[in-house]
Amino acid sequence: MKPWVMMLLLLTLADPLVAAVSVPDLDIGQGGHCVDDPRFMRLNHMKLMLHQRDETVHQGIRGGKYSLAGCVDCHASKKNHSVLGTNQNFCQGCHVYAAVKIDCFECHSSEPRKMSGTQLGLVPAGGRLK
Amino acid sequence: MSCNRNNQRRQFLSKGAALAAAVTIAPGLMLYDFARARPAGEPASSAVRWGMLIDAGQCESGCDACVSACNRENGLSGRTLPTDPQWIRKLELQQEGTGRKVSLPMMCQHCAEPPCVEVCPTGASFKRADGIVLVDKHLCIGCRYCMMACPYKARSFVHEPVVDHSGATPRGRGTVESCTLCVHRVDQGVAPACVEACAKEGHQAILFGNLNDPESAISKRLQSVTSVKLRADLNLDPGFSFVGL
Repeated sequence: MKPWVMMLLLLTLADPLVAAVSVPDLDIGQGGHCVDDPRFMRLNHMKLMLHQRDETVHQGIRGGKYSLAGCVDCHASKKNHSVLGTNQNFCQGCHVYAAVKIDCFECHSSEPRKMSGTQLGLVPAGGRLK
Repeated sequence: MSCNRNNQRRQFLSKGAALAAAVTIAPGLMLYDFARARPAGEPASSAVRWGMLIDAGQCESGCDACVSACNRENGLSGRTLPTDPQWIRKLELQQEGTGRKVSLPMMCQHCAEPPCVEVCPTGASFKRADGIVLVDKHLCIGCRYCMMACPYKARSFVHEPVVDHSGATPRGRGTVESCTLCVHRVDQGVAPACVEACAKEGHQAILFGNLNDPESAISKRLQSVTSVKLRADLNLDPGFSFVGL
């Protein structure tokens, strides 16, 4: 097939295709600047989190860039304070769309970290090792 | 696993800047070690070995401040059915003959040679460089071999789905868990929740610190008092010692 025919064919086909593909309508919560390019994150978040998780659990390396809790902090919906719940919620919405089972939240919290206590590094009275 | 933790060389904590000095709270009463918190991004180091010294003489019978603090911190229900996870339990012991009573908290002893790690078929049960024995729940298949291997009965299996994730530790059904020595706090330079709770009650029954540092409060105390390790005959070298038993 000649290239210009191919191009014409693609152009005529492209419009109805784009219209037919529905993308998930996500509530990104607070949003803002992601830790990396959103397109890169969409494709690679699972690998990045897997890598960092092993480093944190086994070696105790804290404060990494790609943490699950970090995702939740920014992307929990302001309506129900969670990344789960409806197909508009950030994690659930995309995972339902992609038909990928998500089991992170059987153990991890789907709600943002509380802004108090040791979870944010605040120091309880008398407990500091320093 | 994406990293081979055995090949990792641990850097000396803060290049020797971990100034450790005992803090005298009151004359003759020393509390926490002052060792600088490890900077974010640095791995745990084998230059440190965390441990505890439990003073049964200071542990009050009937007080469960350490247990409830642990439950609150880690999101445990606090129920005590046989199927409910318990990370710390209080033991009340009575000596036969004399009738002498002692009370003490019992939890994972964070052994240097942990049998739970030895029997684990998946590598989920592991010992961190700084001596903290943990379960990687991503790898745990819930076989419970470690529970059978532990002579201290320190581990619990999570039978029920976990609905409350408010605790600092991620927990989930189908995995085994036990005292993490509040690793999330220790990594920030904060003492474990039980230690803090015990001190708040004014009992000072738990001393926490770095066993590898001869200047730490715990090392100095261990040098000066008679202490025992539980089931020392098993040669597991627990990180926990007891006085007043």
